[in-house]
Amino acid sequence: MKSSKRKYSLFVHCLLVLAGIAFLAPFVWMLLTSLKSLEEISTFPVTIWPETFLWRNYSDVFEIIPFAKYFLNTLYVTLASVAGQLFAAPLVAYSITKIEWSGRKWIFPIVIATMLLPFQVTMIPIYMIFKDMGLTGSYWPLIIPTFTGAPLYIFLLRQFFMSIPDTIIQAARIDGASESRIYVTIILPLCRPALAAVAIFTFLYTWSDFMGPLLYLNNADKYTLTLGLQAFLAEHYTEWGLLMAASALFTLPLIIMFFFAQKQFIEGITLTGIKG
Amino acid sequence: MKKNTFVGLAFASPWLLGFLVFTLYPLLASFYYSFTSFNIFQSPEFVGFANYVELMGDDLFWKSVNNTLYLTVVSTPVNLFFSLLLALLLNTKVRGLSIYRTVYYIPTIVPLAATSLLWMWILNPQYGLLNGMLGMLGLPGPNWLADPGLSKFSLVMMGLWASGNVMIIFLASLQEVPQSLYESSQIDGANKWRQFWSITIPTISPIILFQLIMQVINNLQYFTQAYFVVSSSALNMPGSGGPENSLLMYAMYLYHNAFIYFKMGKASAMAWILFIIAGIITWLIFRSSKKWVTYGGD
Repeated sequence: MKSSKRKYSLFVHCLLVLAGIAFLAPFVWMLLTSLKSLEEISTFPVTIWPETFLWRNYSDVFEIIPFAKYFLNTLYVTLASVAGQLFAAPLVAYSITKIEWSGRKWIFPIVIATMLLPFQVTMIPIYMIFKDMGLTGSYWPLIIPTFTGAPLYIFLLRQFFMSIPDTIIQAARIDGASESRIYVTIILPLCRPALAAVAIFTFLYTWSDFMGPLLYLNNADKYTLTLGLQAFLAEHYTEWGLLMAASALFTLPLIIMFFFAQKQFIEGITLTGIKG
Repeated sequence: MKKNTFVGLAFASPWLLGFLVFTLYPLLASFYYSFTSFNIFQSPEFVGFANYVELMGDDLFWKSVNNTLYLTVVSTPVNLFFSLLLALLLNTKVRGLSIYRTVYYIPTIVPLAATSLLWMWILNPQYGLLNGMLGMLGLPGPNWLADPGLSKFSLVMMGLWASGNVMIIFLASLQEVPQSLYESSQIDGANKWRQFWSITIPTISPIILFQLIMQVINNLQYFTQAYFVVSSSALNMPGSGGPENSLLMYAMYLYHNAFIYFKMGKASAMAWILFIIAGIITWLIFRSSKKWVTYGGD
């Protein structure tokens, strides 16, 4: 009995390690390629380890595309979007969980329904709105909608707010505190972990967004990293060393963020996925 | 009571404004646009059902429908199954759980743009990692992304690499299955296999339902990865759909119509067809869920 249990656990570990290798191998391949020369990349058979480590690929990325500029552009849009979601999503979630008013019953179902609405259905009229306002080509079409709160984050925060006992709020109301005061001094500090999750997800989503910038940014000066990477690919599609170095630099901030905020990450995903 | 209504509305106002301006109005406007002919430069002109009729006779439209349905039908169950399998493995109380979980999750953080580039390189027919490994085993390596028969399958593989979100949600829901259920069924003599089907699956079935719907909706909008693969110079022409249009996804063809051919009316008709298809599929899944989803007492 005991030895069969040990065999079973060994078997599970083998599977887990194999899966781990399969998940990590593409990463390692990205990093190894990013240090290879063009000649080495186009030799056959394929080499795994670079003959010489060509660190120059990384500095070349900054010269071939205005990487630093794209990086700052992306950072600007991303931080503005995080601010937008952090402003709007908790306000709405508070309204539908903690304030007793007749409208809140129908807001939540609509929020869920819009979560399921494909982006393409509203894409063209939204584009026309921003075009008529003369805002296409700027970052505003990417930033303004975030200040209305994304359904997913309203949903996530609603799940979190439900776990805050009403008695805390009622006590404050009896003491004569206004709703805005309760919101700022009690609710926001209490839901810091959920807000962190919203900030992280918004950062991740905006940093990686391709469709939005593709629609609205037509001037190479304003490109975000995804657009820059796509333009780079279209011109230098054989220079995989450079392309992998650019991809690695693009991904790095997200990996660093993940390691600092792993807990909020996992808890946030769980919050959107489980309690419904 | 009145005061509450005012306060509630005030707190909900960002969303309310966003809903009216960025959801409700665009939804109705795109319905109207779908019956008009217009490009970005001229205002819409009513043409009745002409856009819908044109789409029914458009081979590329049907190609994009087929490609997208293929991807949705193959990728969704494969992803869910694979994620559940990993979650079950991780749920065996192994040592080092958080390390494994991190390793499996990290690819999901990589932006789709970078994921696409990386996999285009891995799947490179001559110098890529995958064909290099197949070569070492003496197997012939196919031309993954350039072969119309394999290109979508390649995208499915790429999707598996980044399926960490679903895995984490499944793992968390497995951890919430009450241990007492397993203990009492063990006393009744149920084996692991039976426990899996009569305890584990029913308990997490609402979560499977939710993930199934989200995956289907996301796959119907599949865009970025296919767009990147098609962007590599060899195939790079505006409006390209990859080898024999095998990567022309619905959202891509819609984008081409709107922003390359400037047929905004036709693109709006496509948007409404997508809306209706997504609605019907979601409804069908919900309807079927009465047969296989169990809701607990809470």
